[in-house]
Amino acid sequence: MAIPQQKPVDARPQQRRRKRRRVWKDKHYRWVPDGQGGWRVQGYVYRHHHKPKRGHFRGPGPKPPRQASAPAAAAPAAPPASDPRPAGAYQGPFGEAQAVRLLQRAGFGPVSGQAAQLASMGLVGAVQSLTRPSGPAVLTGPAPRDDDGNPLAPADAWGHDHLWWLDRMVRTNQPLVERMALILHDWFATSNANVSTTQQMIDQSNLFRGRCFGSLLDLFRAVTVDPAMLQWLNGNENYKWAPNENYAREMMELFSLGADRGAYSEDDIREQARALTGWRNDWGDVGAYNFRFEPKWHDTGTKTVFGRTGNWGWEDACRLCVEHPLHPSFFVEKLWSYFIPGAPATDVREGLEQTYVGSGWQIRAVLEQILMRPELYEGPPMVKPPVVQLATMLRRLGRHVDTEAWVWLCEEAGQRLFWPPNVSGWDDNRWLDTSRMRARWNTVTYALEGISVDAWNDDYDEDETPEEALARALASWGSPALRTEHRDALLELAQRSENLILANWQKGPYRALRQNALLQLIGVSPDLILQ
Amino acid sequence: MSASNRSHSCCSGYTRSQLLRSAAAEAGKGLPAIEPGMPEPAGTGLSRRKFLARGAGLALAVYGASKIPLSAFETGIAQAAQSDKILVSVFFDGGIDSLSVLAPAGDSRYSQLRPNLALPPGAGPAFAEDPNLQWHPAAAALATLYGEGKVSAFPAIGYDHPDQSHFTSRHYYEIGELQVGYRTGWLGRYLDAVGDEENPLQGLSLDGSLSPMIATAEKPVAAIDSVDGYDLWSRVSDPIEAEMFRSFARFGSLPSDSPGLSQVRRAAAQTDKLRQDLAGVGDFSSPVEYPDTWFSHKLAGLAAYIAVGLPMRVVTVRAPGGYDTHADQAGDLEGNLRETCEGILAFQRDLEARGLADRVMVEMWSEFGRRPEENGSLGTDHGAAGCAFVIGSRAKGEMVGEFPGLSSLDADDNLRVTSDFRAMYCSLLEQWLEYDAEAIIPGASGFARPTLVKP
Repeated sequence: MAIPQQKPVDARPQQRRRKRRRVWKDKHYRWVPDGQGGWRVQGYVYRHHHKPKRGHFRGPGPKPPRQASAPAAAAPAAPPASDPRPAGAYQGPFGEAQAVRLLQRAGFGPVSGQAAQLASMGLVGAVQSLTRPSGPAVLTGPAPRDDDGNPLAPADAWGHDHLWWLDRMVRTNQPLVERMALILHDWFATSNANVSTTQQMIDQSNLFRGRCFGSLLDLFRAVTVDPAMLQWLNGNENYKWAPNENYAREMMELFSLGADRGAYSEDDIREQARALTGWRNDWGDVGAYNFRFEPKWHDTGTKTVFGRTGNWGWEDACRLCVEHPLHPSFFVEKLWSYFIPGAPATDVREGLEQTYVGSGWQIRAVLEQILMRPELYEGPPMVKPPVVQLATMLRRLGRHVDTEAWVWLCEEAGQRLFWPPNVSGWDDNRWLDTSRMRARWNTVTYALEGISVDAWNDDYDEDETPEEALARALASWGSPALRTEHRDALLELAQRSENLILANWQKGPYRALRQNALLQLIGVSPDLILQ
Repeated sequence: MSASNRSHSCCSGYTRSQLLRSAAAEAGKGLPAIEPGMPEPAGTGLSRRKFLARGAGLALAVYGASKIPLSAFETGIAQAAQSDKILVSVFFDGGIDSLSVLAPAGDSRYSQLRPNLALPPGAGPAFAEDPNLQWHPAAAALATLYGEGKVSAFPAIGYDHPDQSHFTSRHYYEIGELQVGYRTGWLGRYLDAVGDEENPLQGLSLDGSLSPMIATAEKPVAAIDSVDGYDLWSRVSDPIEAEMFRSFARFGSLPSDSPGLSQVRRAAAQTDKLRQDLAGVGDFSSPVEYPDTWFSHKLAGLAAYIAVGLPMRVVTVRAPGGYDTHADQAGDLEGNLRETCEGILAFQRDLEARGLADRVMVEMWSEFGRRPEENGSLGTDHGAAGCAFVIGSRAKGEMVGEFPGLSSLDADDNLRVTSDFRAMYCSLLEQWLEYDAEAIIPGASGFARPTLVKP
């Protein structure tokens, strides 16, 4: 009976191309966690999308340092004798479940052992370990590789920008920095579609990393004159002779004040555009470069914005937005929305606004309060963005970035980094349709490569019980907590599968297939899609 | 040309990538009237301004979220009507140049406004209903169908006070109203009114994500990225595979206690339903020869889907390429237009060969036309009136609205509008889908209905 060992998981449906691409298979080697804090070499079948060169890199590369489990930040402190929490903070128990949720919302989920470590720090210590990282981020584990086993060329090779960032999400010891950079990439959404070089996109993401905990005004100013943003919203085509209103509008509507709140008028936009005039650049073979402020191109006349009159320039334009009475509520509600579903209660929002204004528009101050709010730990779940789900899965599975498949799989799932759909960013309410759900399913399939068992070649345990099967599958996934009804559904599957075994020869292979089915379903369970 | 097109970064961006990726930056580039905020298409407009439901599944999900209080008008409250008619919407993304598709070669001002881009008289097939117009040579396939009386042409379609933002204008066409606040598409509202609670195929997008046109409030709809099958890959084979999918469907049917969870459940349920519905339909053959293009392949698959009786009512697909031709228009347009029209002709021949042609109507549209006067980079900027076509064996085959000529343009030097897209929608709803347009299109009573369908 010819049951295929596996489906052609590598056959990528190509846009505008009928024929599926040929793949070349060979054996590669990689380091995987050995479960005891070390690493072991694992062989697996590698599928090249281009014909590999003879003698190409097949792994496993240098052995990663011990402490496989990882990128945990600080050394585990002894459990705090007391965990004093500020007023308004979550007051319930802070155990592993809460630590997982914090790591998931403020990062990319736990690696093995990380939740327990974080839980031991108490709520305040845990939050601050994320919001107050010290020094540059450390990336732990094997460096990312493309399909040919070569190092990435993020600014030059198709999709490597996406892989470069995904890898940082997977391996960083400062997950909130990457998560905030992703949030700011959505907040100040800029797409490579209208930016000359991918390096300018990467530079912008580094700007987000460097300023994500500091002053919103400083960040706003830096973004306003960032070369990628200047191109994307025509700040580089805004001269005193011909003002372009694109950035002036979006800086108010999307970045600082919000539409339909009566915060600004069309006149304010036109005046603000004049204040922003003067930025320009040169054009060459590489595209746009040499971005600079040209005083002669700046409108030095008097402008009136939000009723305030002066000889405003671009720095004033940002300050006027931030000083607008409707900005604090916009800021705290928008930041809140990335971490907690549903709007904050009025008194909660007002408290956050006071913190924000009182701290001089410090992002970290608001962020720490949000990350300690009871709504985060006790409230309903949110759908993970596709990239967040993928990074979470790779961390749980102990895998790393070693294939370009993540680029098109994320694109099919609706989130290609550096290519947001438009200036308002990704729509978090439309992450799931039948096409995108299918992409998430297939992403799980790819993520399980090397982890799923070979039903026909491995000698699978012929005596494994349903309970043992589920336990094994959950352990491969880093023991995620499943809702009871999902766990029950999986146990039923395990039992039903066993009932199908009618012949002796089926005992091992069917159990192996069962294991693969359980692995697959855990990956696409609501528990792993939600955060 | 507007000053901002100097870099070409925006324009070439359109041809290289999707409209949406560039549209935001494009709007606002020195255009005469920029709307207060560029809305997103139906179904997505919410998060732009109200982001508080982010990821929570609180807002309109793709399968609809019945928790959202929508007006009775938006949800559609009329009783369901059964129909085996199918409407296929083909979208020219970016604003196709109607003055190339139906070139006014007989208009004396044409060559003055288009010294480089004007098509010479006689270059393409004649357009019988207006001797001043002729088809683009690349639209010859469409001209063939026109000659058979299967094409109703709208040579200057649009709406009053045309908006030249891709986003806004496209949004209007998608929702069937000149507003920015709608969350449901005009065809989505139709599906909400007549659709089935369980059938995601009734509204199907072939482009990998859901078209806002079929965004519903309640009824399920689906998106696929290939007609070659809807496989969920795994390293599991039968008999265990069937058990695996049973459990996956179980994830979709369990009770929910949060909007986020119910969104995942709906997606799981619909995905598994679609997997079953489309099982085995990936391998199809066609009775006619199609051009070897991805677009034609989609249409070939669609014809096969119809032939095997998949329960579709509304299908959306994007025409190949981008049509925001600010620079070097002639070459880009020629290739993409040819690919589109030849695909449509093959699709029609396929349906005829299968005896299905009386069940399918194709509507081709774009968010606007382009400026009559060419710009300085061998391209054209955003205009007002554009073109649309209704195609099929049952199409009336009569021009709707005359070509207004190039001697009197509107205040922005754009082509004047002689037919309203909402009137076209009303006629398609009433004459083809046999559903009261008053319940779907706001202000429907104010539009005279052109006859689009043969009795």
